[in-house]
Amino acid sequence: MPEVQVRKKFTAVEEIFHEGGPVASVPLRRAAALAVIHNPFAGRYVEEIAGFMDDLKPLGLEMARSLVAALGGDPKVVEGYGKGAIVGAAGELEHGALWHVPGGYAMREILGAAKAIVAATKKVGGPGTRLDVPITHINASYVRSHFDAMEVGLADAPRADEVLLALVMTTGPRVHARVGGLKASEIKGEDGLR
Amino acid sequence: MKASIRKIATFVEETRNEMGRAIDPPTRRAAAVAVIENPYAGKYVEDLSELMTIGEELGELLTLRAVAALGIAATSVESYGKAAAVGENGEIEHAAAILHPKLGAPVRRVLGKGAALIPSSKKRGGMGIALDIPLGHKDAAFVRSHFDGMEVRINDAPRANEIVVAVAITDSGRPLARVGGLTKDQIKGEDGLR
Repeated sequence: MPEVQVRKKFTAVEEIFHEGGPVASVPLRRAAALAVIHNPFAGRYVEEIAGFMDDLKPLGLEMARSLVAALGGDPKVVEGYGKGAIVGAAGELEHGALWHVPGGYAMREILGAAKAIVAATKKVGGPGTRLDVPITHINASYVRSHFDAMEVGLADAPRADEVLLALVMTTGPRVHARVGGLKASEIKGEDGLR
Repeated sequence: MKASIRKIATFVEETRNEMGRAIDPPTRRAAAVAVIENPYAGKYVEDLSELMTIGEELGELLTLRAVAALGIAATSVESYGKAAAVGENGEIEHAAAILHPKLGAPVRRVLGKGAALIPSSKKRGGMGIALDIPLGHKDAAFVRSHFDGMEVRINDAPRANEIVVAVAITDSGRPLARVGGLTKDQIKGEDGLR
């Protein structure tokens, strides 16, 4: 399988103090790591693409590590995660699906025992396309306070023969979470759901 | 602190490859962005001194954040820029009050030097508006390799009564600069221009 060629890396960190309500005692932090890579399958139909998932694993680990570093270096502060991909115009949506395994594997590897499925989204689009990366609790998908999303994108990516890959981590619930549902303190942690 | 800050975001961008050519070492740049309440939203106020003080505070805070995000010594910064976007209930003059009278001095204090004008841009607009922060060499405005711009945006800001304020720094010029002009090794550093 082809080598992964990275054109650009991008990290975004948000620190949220309030959203019109009480100022949080500990601000919510959300971080996104993006990598813009060459799409080795652009411009034609390639049947066998699955092997590229293994090639993406080292990049996934590098991105997951950079996210933990951007949040201060301690993986224990991470409570939510998500992933996504934007495929350039000469590629197909299926190329974005190659990110599911290496992206999820990388974050679980770095975070330890994370049990929940990593929420994901993907699309095909041009440079400047924005992607709302969904976020859920790392140990129990039903924790309502941690349902969130972070918008990411880059003005000059993805070009037609590129894929923009994204990983996102957060340190807590929405800043003014108050719509009930399963709480983080109620997680059983058996099935990744509750 | 005078400023009422809702959110701070940092962005780091690293270019490793451009047009198939490796960029080694990669060019790197960072922006720190604050979302603040506009104390003068919705009314005409003659004396804008509160925003000038806020600009002074943010000059220091955002420069420190951007340098930390880039992970380099403050003295290694090569170029800089600043920008502001005022929400719909404010005036363009509010951006000017933040950016021009007092923001520059703490930026230069943090960086150790900065003989050149800090290039700036400003606009008024709604949430998610893109700011193109102009960049120029911090000691000599005519260094052609360092003329650049960095786009930043925050999808949920500025709200009508908010202002988005950004400071950007780099450790380098454009990735494949080759249009001549004054080079950084030719800087005299006396007048901020050459």
